[in-house]
This record gives sequence, C-alpha cells and structure tokens, in this order.
Amino acid sequence: MQLADVASPVFSWNLVADFQDMWSYAFMVNAFRAGLVVSVVCAVVGWFMVLRRQTFAGHTLSVAAFPGASLAVLAGFSTSLGYFGFCIAAALVIAALGRKGQGSGAEESAVTGTVQAFALACGFLFISLYKGLLEGPTALLFGSFLGITTSQVTVLAVVGAVVLAVLAVIGRPLLFASVDPQVAAGRGVPVRLLGTLFLVLLGAATAEASQITGTLLVFALMVIPAATAGQLTARPGLSLLLSVLLGLGVCWAGLIAAYYQPYPLGFFVTTFAFAGYVLALLLRLGREAWGRAHEGGQGRGHGGHGGHGHGPAALGAGGAA
Amino acid sequence: MTSVLSQAFFQHALLAGTFIALACGLVGYFLVLRAQLFTGDALSHVAFTGAMAALAGGYDLRLGLFAATIGVGLLLGGLGRRGRPDDVVIGNVFAWILGLGAFFLTVYTTSRSGSGNGGAGTSVLFGSIFGLSSSQTTLAVVIAGAICLLTLLIGRPLLFATVDEAVAAARGVPVRLLGFGFLVLVGACAAEATQAVGSLLLLGLLAAPAGAAIRLTDRPFHALALSAGLAVGEMWGGLLLSAELPKLPPSFTIMATASAVYAATFLVKPGRGRRPATRRVGAAA
Repeated sequence: MQLADVASPVFSWNLVADFQDMWSYAFMVNAFRAGLVVSVVCAVVGWFMVLRRQTFAGHTLSVAAFPGASLAVLAGFSTSLGYFGFCIAAALVIAALGRKGQGSGAEESAVTGTVQAFALACGFLFISLYKGLLEGPTALLFGSFLGITTSQVTVLAVVGAVVLAVLAVIGRPLLFASVDPQVAAGRGVPVRLLGTLFLVLLGAATAEASQITGTLLVFALMVIPAATAGQLTARPGLSLLLSVLLGLGVCWAGLIAAYYQPYPLGFFVTTFAFAGYVLALLLRLGREAWGRAHEGGQGRGHGGHGGHGHGPAALGAGGAA
Repeated sequence: MTSVLSQAFFQHALLAGTFIALACGLVGYFLVLRAQLFTGDALSHVAFTGAMAALAGGYDLRLGLFAATIGVGLLLGGLGRRGRPDDVVIGNVFAWILGLGAFFLTVYTTSRSGSGNGGAGTSVLFGSIFGLSSSQTTLAVVIAGAICLLTLLIGRPLLFATVDEAVAAARGVPVRLLGFGFLVLVGACAAEATQAVGSLLLLGLLAAPAGAAIRLTDRPFHALALSAGLAVGEMWGGLLLSAELPKLPPSFTIMATASAVYAATFLVKPGRGRRPATRRVGAAA
C-alpha cells in the first residue's frame, strides 16, 4: 500500500507533469479508469439509495463483499465472482426476508443487521481458515488501488454499464415507487419487484466499488455524494448530475493524494467527501439564514430536517408528471 | 473437551461473554424497537476508529473505545431531532470516521512496526474473547452489569417514549433526554462488546436476539427478557461450539448461532398474521 517506498514521488504544483508522472505507471492509469467507472455507478445508485432511505441495506450489501472475496481467496476462484456472487445473494436475502410494509421497519432492520454481522463473521472464518494471507483482512476491508488489471477494469466497465442501463429503464417507476409507494402500488407499479431489483443493482454496484475502496469504505462513495448534492439542490436531475460529478471528483482527488502520501486511499476519499458534505451543509444553512433574513418567512418552513426533506417533495412532482 | 472448559481463558470468556451478551440483548431490543439499528452499526464502526486512534497514540485501547463510541453517540443524537439521528447523516459521519480508522491503522502499523502489531487491527475488528485476562474480565463484567442496570432503570419510560413519542412527551416524559441517555448506553455497549466479538460483529449480538424476540412475542417486557436470554444462550452456544471445534474462531461461532436462531424464528412463525394483512391492504389500495 505504500508507494512512497517504491517510487517516492513528490507532488509539485505543475499538474501536467504530475499527471504524466502518475500515468507513466500502468496500474495508476487502471486505477483512474476503475475510479471513473466505480464513482459514476456508485453515485447514481447511491442517489436512489439515499432517496429510498436504504442506507443501512446499502452498507450491509457492501459488507457482504468481504466474505465473497475471502472465500474466493480461500477456495481459489476469481475474486470478481466472489464479490458479485455474495453481494447479489445478500441483496436477495434482504429482499426476501425484510418485508417492507408499513410499520415493519424494525423487523427489516433486524434482518439487515443480522445478515451483515453474519456475512462479516463468515468472512472472518474464511480468512482465519486461509493462513497464507500475509496482510490479514485489512487489504480486503480497507482497499487497495494497486494491482488493478486491465481485464478487471473491463469487467467493471461492463457490469457498470449494465447496472446503469437497467437503472435507466426502471428509473422513472422506481422514482415513483420510492417517493410514494402506496400511490404507486395503487397505480399498478410493481413496487415490491422494483424494490428487489433495486437491491440487486445496489449489490452489483457495491461489489464493483469494494474491489477498489475496500468493503468498509464503499459506503462513502455511495452515500456522501448523494447527500451532498441533496444539500445543494432540490431538483432531481441536477442533484443526480451533481452527485456523479462529486463522486468522480472525490475519487480522483483521493487517488492523487494516495499516490503522493503513504496513507490509504479510503482515508482520503472519505475525508474529501465528508469535507464536501460539511461545506455543502454550511452553504445551505447560510443560504437559508440569508433567505430568512432578507425575505422574511417566504414559506421555507422545513429548516430543522437537515434538508433531506426537499428531495422527496420536489421529486413527487417530477414522478407524477 | 473437558480440559478446555476448565481452563482459565475459557472461564474468563464465559463470564465476560455472559454479561456482555446480557447487555447487548437488553440494549439491542430497544435499538430494534426504536428502528435505530443503523446507529448501532455506526457506533460499532466508530469503536474500531477509537481503538485504533488510542493504539496509534499509545493510550489504552479501552479509553479510545469508550471515548469514541460515547462521544459519537452524543454527536449523532445532537444532529438528529429529539435525540434520534437521521440515517443519511449517520451514514455520512460514520463513512468518514471509518476512513479515519483506516488512517490510524496505517499510522499504527507503520510507526510501531515490529513485534506483531499487524494482528491488532484484526483483533479489534473481529474480537478476541479467548484472550481476556482476569482483570479485563472483571472490568468487562462490571461495565456490562452497569449497562444492564441502567437500561432496566430507564426501561419503562424509554419504552413509552419509543412506542408513542408524542404522547410520552405530552405526559412529561423527558423524551429528548432519554434519547441521549439511550445513545450513551448504546455507545458503552458497543465499546464493551468490541472486546468480545469485535467491532464488526457486535451488530449481530445487538440485532439477532432482539429480532428473534420481537418475532416470537408481542408483549414488550417478555420480548425484552427473551432477547436478553437468547443473547446469553447464543453466546454460550457459540463459545462451546468454538471450544469443541478449535478451527472455528469464537466470533464466528457466536454469530453463526445467533443467526441460526433468528433464521429458525422465520421457520417457526412464517409471517405474523398482522403484517401480511397490512401488506395486502396496502397492495390492494
């Protein structure tokens, strides 16, 4: 994980030279490509996840990648297969057991939490059965952007394209079903099927991302850009675009920082993303305070909710149109 | 096998594990009932960062654990309304804190490299209940006992505030204060359980017994007792299983037992009459 020992590159403010330096290594080029795919897919899927309030499920799915990868290492098959297989299986389990009806939130969260802990426990078992791993589980958990091969990037790109394509097809009904499930069900939208399908997409996206950021930090690429965009704008299209750009910016900035510093990629990505979120939060609070002071109560009543209340209200209009 | 059972490390594990499971079962029940399990998830990951920060700074691991979990618990409570944090805010905060944990892990393993530090991260993440010394066991029992006692003390008003927040607030129950107090308990419980099953797995001890108990009975105090009982039973089962099959780490066997019991409740009572009915109504509307 420590590049400083290998090349000891020094950051200069001449960005062109920096990029030439970084991209002279094939693995860095692959890391940037993979970062591009992963951050775009995660931002789009994460945006829906935040809208549907399924952050807990998203985190659990990302964690399910860990036993997948460690079983793949133990049994000697392709890690990509392990990642995707386990994440999608966990998505199906959560969808099958957790009944998302009215008032059953408690039960669904208990299922999700148990699935998560059991998945991690399995991962730990596989790691401890496999004695050969020198680094221990930390590389799987916290990620490593070194050694991403070109074929891995191809797999990431293909799966990412499939996820985005499916999401583009089901996007509109999914939006409707997320914003108002009962009305959507009344209009004949297959709410439950859409929910299951979305969880599977979420599983695929987390499986992709965890190959780079590690299973524990995928979540940062999913939830933070979407939440930041939600602070900045209430319009669905714009906030989706914004969250993609934020995710990409954060991921690439993290890669650059991790190239020059001996600390892990995940640390930089999460820190940049969180700093962006805090800035956006302050910006929104400042704008609201300014608006209140100058316009004197123009019906912007929902100050205390952290701003997330904006999204669904605006989206409801968009979904019904 | 009898030789394993009579050894000091196993008895320490059994004693500490019993009390930790008891605390987790009690706190977990309220956590599930209040639909705040994601908070527990976040705090369990915070425990990792706290422990790593303490190790990197050269302090006692437990100091970092308790300071981090209780501090972040209060912070999350402050961010939310009435001491109930928002899921998206929690997600943001803990994703970042976990990143910090990765940072401290690197600092710790690189700055103090040498005598077997590589395992520290793993043991915080996945626990080492068979490695407890007798003084650690005593401390764990005392703290877990205190958590149980406090949870039972605030149990009644907390239940009221959980089931019907508005009515409880109108009746003069300090809903917000209870929310914060409960988060402190969750934080302490997470820090405590990290030493047994590790920060990544303690969520299972919080979720599985409580989830099973809620499926099995509708009456709140029965469910609370059942949750605590199941947690202790699962802890014992897991420890015995691990003693029997030394290849399996205890953290895994405990989680496996807990998950199996929870899965069994789905077979025993597939779908409680109330829930499918509301779903059908919702779908037909």
